[in-house]
Amino acid sequence: VSDVNRVVVTGLGAVTPLGLTTDIYWANLKRGVSGIGPIEGIPDAAQLSQKVAAEVKGFEPLKHFEERALSTLDRVSQFAVVAAREAIANAGLVIDMPLSLRTAAIVGTGAGGQGTLDDNYRRLYVEHKTRVFPLTIPKLMANAAASQVSMRCGLRGPAFVVASACASATHAIGLSFHMVRSGMVDCAVTGGSEACVTFGTVRGWEAMRVMAPDACRPFSIGRAGLILGEGAAMMVLEPLERARARGANILGEVVGFGMTADAADLTAPDVGGMSRAMEGALADAQLSAQDIQYINAHGTGTAANDVTETEALHGVFGAHAGKLAVSSTKSMVGHALGAAGALEMVATVMSVHDNVAPPTIGYLGPDPACDLDYVPNEARGMPITAALSNSFAFGGLNAVLAVKKFS
Amino acid sequence: MTDVASDVIAIIAKKKRVDKPNVELTDRLEDLGLESLDAVEMIFDIEEKFDISIPYNANTNNPRTEFDTVGDVVTAIEKLVAEKKS
Repeated sequence: VSDVNRVVVTGLGAVTPLGLTTDIYWANLKRGVSGIGPIEGIPDAAQLSQKVAAEVKGFEPLKHFEERALSTLDRVSQFAVVAAREAIANAGLVIDMPLSLRTAAIVGTGAGGQGTLDDNYRRLYVEHKTRVFPLTIPKLMANAAASQVSMRCGLRGPAFVVASACASATHAIGLSFHMVRSGMVDCAVTGGSEACVTFGTVRGWEAMRVMAPDACRPFSIGRAGLILGEGAAMMVLEPLERARARGANILGEVVGFGMTADAADLTAPDVGGMSRAMEGALADAQLSAQDIQYINAHGTGTAANDVTETEALHGVFGAHAGKLAVSSTKSMVGHALGAAGALEMVATVMSVHDNVAPPTIGYLGPDPACDLDYVPNEARGMPITAALSNSFAFGGLNAVLAVKKFS
Repeated sequence: MTDVASDVIAIIAKKKRVDKPNVELTDRLEDLGLESLDAVEMIFDIEEKFDISIPYNANTNNPRTEFDTVGDVVTAIEKLVAEKKS
């Protein structure tokens, strides 16, 4: 691969249940801190059966936006913009002309403006008001997060939201990677955002009967399902040449992207779809299975995902699977749906950068059907030169990114 | 047959995936070709029908091992309905 086609990460931003900046998020991931706790952000939470979630705490919109702007900014857009600003600042990037015209803003979102939807439906159906807030539509439209990032950061290139449920952010970052690699854009600000801890969404997840009552214990014996999360993570992707020319601090290199569809069950995971996505990412990266040391797993903590993902890892990595460190950071930040892949990609980039595999916390012991090394409960310092970040969505949509240490 | 039994049978009959004209109390759940999402949907239908709450987590409960036959399900629902009345 010539330098022209190499794509590097030069900035990261994160708004998470473990902290409101990338540094705090990553430090807490390494410490094995749980971001899961009693639901605080839903006024009628007492009525819910589900008592815990991984919420973003201490986020004050007025610290980041003028009061008048908030009538157009759902929490999902607020998270996206704050994370994008941090990523751009972290990259030391000045968005001027003509860079503005050549910079993409691509954001993954699974559910979108759920808070706005809930608030306005409550007005209509509970309070029997006849009017909703005037800017309800542009506030909750599915593309709002990408539009707000574009407007507020001055990005005038390709901008849109990618929706593929729990793989949205990974698809968004993958598409951005392709655009930068092909030379279609000079820069991309990309990731994912979700703000789905709302009454209606939690009720919806309750109805599926897949949530754990207390903790998310991926790959562990006694795991009881997923915990809903929220947040955003964004990153700056640039061609290596450009990053070098401006003396940017290079955090890592995105080297491969694989995406597949199961064309099978709506919710049940599929070994074939998962495996082909991982193989696709490896092939795109021109890496062999033996080159990978760390997997940031999809690892939702459901009975079905964790067994199926383990089986797929065995199939793709063969004997090398036993040597992999495989962890699920969802054990700490819950499942942030459309943002999950971005939170996990930030974790993966930092893992490769710092040579640390973050842990799978809440791990009680091995499930015979999940027999890999899941980095239980404590982070591990280890040489990491390349890693994968897996996302496998409802609807049978799979996306995998490959990251390499920059050298 | 009790009213609960005929209602539960009607709910299960809607979801069965085998070509069998009638669902009977002695039918085994696994012989009706029910899948995991079917269980979640049937439990919802039963909860709505009888206004009861059935604790069920798809990760930790397995209806196919906890209940063998349609009759077992009916017995469990009759118990919940009786508890609700008392």
